[in-house]
Amino acid sequence: MPADGLDPADPAINRILIAQLAIPATFDEVRAALAALMAGPVLAGVPPDDRGMTELVLAEAMNNIVEHAYADTDEGEITLTLWQAAGEVACRITDRGTAMPDSALPEGRLAPLGEGADLPEGGFGWFLIRTLSRDLRYARHGTLNELTFVLANQQYDPAQPVVSP
Amino acid sequence: MKLTSEILDDMLIVHVDEARIDAAGAIQFKESMRAATADAAAPARVVLNLARVGFLDSSGLGAVVAVMKLLMPARKLELACLTPTVEKVFRLTRMDSVFRIHATVPGALRDAS
Repeated sequence: MPADGLDPADPAINRILIAQLAIPATFDEVRAALAALMAGPVLAGVPPDDRGMTELVLAEAMNNIVEHAYADTDEGEITLTLWQAAGEVACRITDRGTAMPDSALPEGRLAPLGEGADLPEGGFGWFLIRTLSRDLRYARHGTLNELTFVLANQQYDPAQPVVSP
Repeated sequence: MKLTSEILDDMLIVHVDEARIDAAGAIQFKESMRAATADAAAPARVVLNLARVGFLDSSGLGAVVAVMKLLMPARKLELACLTPTVEKVFRLTRMDSVFRIHATVPGALRDAS
């Protein structure tokens, strides 16, 4: 961990809670939550050029939970917590669905592009999460899955208003 | 998923009238594209106008690839008017090397003049 990093798991780091929400684990609820988050003041400090990628990495992480962790149920819940500190945004996402296979994060390597019928239609999600995040960690606490990461290469302007949730 | 399509010269141009192609809408996008391109007599070049699509995630990307494969081998899917976020998704995943990507809808400039 870099000394100036914003480790979501480190309580010693002076960070400000900027968003905290719990949603039913469906694709539609993830979409609605992202729309509210991106339209609201919470992420107003993210420069316009970075906002799309911020939304993308959050979408990939939460949609993975809907698709895989809660593959067998429509009753799941996802929590999302965001902090800002030192010009960066840190994220914690939890669910109580199935654990990651082998308790490890997928490698997220892009499949060889191939041609025509061999072109991959999936496998982009973890590649995008890994590309757009830093200090990515997965932990299983009892029945809880916890994913933490820092939004990489996306500066948060502390001069922008920060609202408490 | 709202799509409108028109034939222009040798192209079937499909305009996506939605702000996003994401996990919640990827299946409907595929089904709507299947319907929009169902006429086998339509042109072999299919140009997807993504000018209104501000957000596309990995599920949306997978759906676009699936549509391309659905049209193969007789027909070809091309893309036009990618917004910055969508363009970045194609670039990061290197899928920008797979599709012919137009900065504008082909023919639109000529029509405007």
